[in-house]
Order: sequence, then C-alpha cells, then structure tokens
Amino acid sequence: MSAPKASAASPGVSPAEKAAIYDYIIPATAPWSRVIHRGQILRIVDLEGQQAVDTLFYNAHDYRERYSAQDTLLAQEQAYITTGSRLISNEGNLMAAVTANTAGYHDTSAGACSCEANTVRFGHHTRYMHACRENFLLELSRYGMTKRDIVSNINFFMNVPIRPDGELAIVDGVSQPGDYVDMRAEMDVLCVISNCPQVNNPCNGFRPTPVRVQIWDPPASSK
Amino acid sequence: MKLTPSLPATPEEYRQRYFELQRAAQANAKHRPVAEDDGNGAMIVPAELTILDETVPGGWYWSARVERGRTLRIVNEMARSSVSALFWNADDTSERYNAGDTVKVQWSAALGKGRLLFSDMGRVLMSITEDTSGGHDALLGGSTAATNLRKYGQHNLRNSRDNFVLAAAKHGLDRRDIPPCITFFAPVRTTDDGRFSWHNDTTKPGAFVDLRAEMNVLVALSNCPHPLDPSPSWTAAPVRAIVWRSPVPGQHDTCRTRTDEAVRGFDNTDTLVRN
Repeated sequence: MSAPKASAASPGVSPAEKAAIYDYIIPATAPWSRVIHRGQILRIVDLEGQQAVDTLFYNAHDYRERYSAQDTLLAQEQAYITTGSRLISNEGNLMAAVTANTAGYHDTSAGACSCEANTVRFGHHTRYMHACRENFLLELSRYGMTKRDIVSNINFFMNVPIRPDGELAIVDGVSQPGDYVDMRAEMDVLCVISNCPQVNNPCNGFRPTPVRVQIWDPPASSK
Repeated sequence: MKLTPSLPATPEEYRQRYFELQRAAQANAKHRPVAEDDGNGAMIVPAELTILDETVPGGWYWSARVERGRTLRIVNEMARSSVSALFWNADDTSERYNAGDTVKVQWSAALGKGRLLFSDMGRVLMSITEDTSGGHDALLGGSTAATNLRKYGQHNLRNSRDNFVLAAAKHGLDRRDIPPCITFFAPVRTTDDGRFSWHNDTTKPGAFVDLRAEMNVLVALSNCPHPLDPSPSWTAAPVRAIVWRSPVPGQHDTCRTRTDEAVRGFDNTDTLVRN
C-alpha cells in the first residue's frame, strides 16, 4: 500500500505559534507518561526519523476506560491512524483526535513488542532484550496498573501495511527527521509512551533514537 | 529449545536477519501444505468423545474452561452467525489472547487451519486444527453498543463487548481483562486503500472451526453479528459449542510444526505446561 504524506494543515489550532507549556525529550528506549488535559494538544516529534512510538491512553479519572484499537478502527472503517482519526475508548467514547500529522499512516494493529513475543518472532536468544511492554509495565506501575491494563496501542511512525490477502509485516518507516503528530485531548487522558527499543525489525530503522513530546494549552477562545 | 547463535551486531545485520525471517515464515505458511487429514480433524465428533455440546442462542454468550489437549468446536449451524471470542490462561488469567502478537508473530491477519492464537506471553493458547469456514476477522473485533447504534439505529440490541463483560464477570474478571478479540465466521479483508471489506462469504451451513487448547484455557464466546455483516438487519442464528477429546498431536502435527515461529511458540508453551 502506498502511504502518501498527509497534510500538516491543522484546522483552528497552530500550536507552534505559541510556547509549549511542556517540552521534553524522551531518551531512546525509555518510557514516559503524563496527563493531557481536555483541549490540550500533544505533539510527538520523531526527531531523527523512523522511530516507533508505542502509545497508550487511559481516562485520567478511570483507568478502566482506555484506548481501544478495535473500537477506533470500527469507527473510522480505516485500517491505520492518520490525520482526522478519532481515538475511541473501550467504552465507545472519544479520547483524542489527530489534528495534524506529517508522517502518513500509523499502525494500531500490531501491538507492542515484548521479551516473550520476541522469542517467538526472532529466536529464543532475543528474550533478554529491552522491549516496549517492559517500559509499559514500569510506567503503568506508577499508577497502580499491571499487565492486565496493557491493551492495544498506537504505534506512531510505525509502518505495517496489511495486504488484501492478510499478509502483514513491519516495514521501513516513512517518517523523516522532524515529522510529528498532533493530538487534541477530548477528555483528560493519561498518555503512556514507550519509545520503542526494538532492534530486531525495521520499526526503529534498527537504531532507536530519542523523540520529543510537547504540550500546548488550548487557544483562549476555546477554553 | 533451539537457541539461535549469537545476536547480530550491526543495524545492517539486524535488517538482513529480519527479512530472512519474513521470507521464511511467509514461504512456509504458503507452501508447506496444510494436511487435509493430519489426524486432528474429525468431520463429525463421535458421541463418546464429546464432553459438552451446547447451543448458544443468537445474541448470547457462553464461556467454559477447556483443558489442555481438548478441542473446542464452534459450529455455524445455519451459516448466519459470527462468533467473537476471547481466551485466557485458565490458571493465570493475567495471560490472555493478544490480537497484535497473533497477527504479527505469524506475519498474517488471515487466520485459518494451521494457524495459532497467541497469548501476550509468547505462548500458544489455541491451535486452529480444522476450519471449514470462509474466513475470520483478527483485526476489527466484534460488535459494541456504538456499532449496533450506528448500523441498526437501535440502543437495545445485544453486542459482543457487553457479552464479554458479562462472561468475564462470571469468572471474577472485569473490563480490564477484556483485550481486543477475534471473530470467527467474519471474512474481513483489508483493501489496497486501507479500508475493510466483508469478503465474499463462502461459509456454508454446518461450517466449523476446531480450536485445540494448548494450555488450560478459559474461553468466552459471543454470538452477535459482526459490525461489517452485510445483512441490514440484526440477525444471529444459534451456534453450537462442542468440547471434545481430540487426538494427541503427533510428531508432524501441522499447527506445531508449520513455521519456525510455531515451533518456538510451542517451546514456550510446553515449558509452561511441564512446570
């Protein structure tokens, strides 16, 4: 499948024109989390290109409500996340909307890497390599959550075309240095990220790199 | 278990290795024949092997513990049903079906005879030992209150998400324990432009899938129309759920040996079971 570059045009909000209230560089292979308040814009910047950013969302006031890949795909009837995608929870509620995006299509069907799945995919010798679900477990533990709470995620900047015959594979990412995704929170959400450490497939160009997260307050008029 | 030699070191070596794995896995899945009769199938389950045989009405759910080595058969009696399903390790329900791993590990979302359903722990929950249907949906999941409302304009129709909440609750589980599901008898394909379509459904009355439990599995089924079901009205005929004493898998069992990924998944699974 071709993955045309989506427009970076963002209706209404142009976050770069004012100062971010939060700006942080997530080191390569590290986890991160923060509450994004309703109306705020979260930007994830792929600083060096081809870096998968495994991302989970929870209702900040009730973690049992969380991002659901299947509800999101059912609502948009489209297999990938891109500009205009509405991120839907397991309760059918809108959690966030992708308002701008310079990197085409993003996967939400292939899940996050784990030590255990790595053994099946790449051989038993890859068990003791850092993985996204290790990051998720550590980060979620800070909020009283456990492995039960790791559900489907979005893999920003990860390219997984699904062919009509069902075959799929993680292929080279299309993101260039500086590409970004903007999401507007539609409820108070806890966003949990694993800056993917995987080197056994192309999701990070075989070389994990840092990414930047920035948060903007909504424009005064929409408050 | 076989440990492959030392880790590759450079990005280029990792790249080469990845594409070798992809080529091997997709070629094995395509070109190694799936035996028509590899000893696992039985078109009719003899009464003496049947442990349980229940009819699940349209719109309803069903759950049971299926012991390792036994097989759950889901029969689409009238070819007018889709069955969404979830699986947990019955002995530790924090381990459960993982849709992402299942398609990623097998390099395919087209699941059928010879394919496996993986847990989040790199182990095999179920093997698809027989499948006479027209296809399944490993990506989109099942119906929810929202999909029913969008499609049928009604609030009060039964849906798979709520059915899973109910089934899970009866085993002490809750919403946190409900991951993305798989739907059998739902021939969903992805089109070239990234949309989903209901592909030419060839499922015939009496079509079934056999799922052999590879550990002790807690299973929940929901018999509700799939959101992409082309029928404009909400219809779900009864399905049968049969648990039967299936043959012990042989040395050349298709599901256990078809790909290197399958072999490694069973390494992990058999280690758990031995402990």
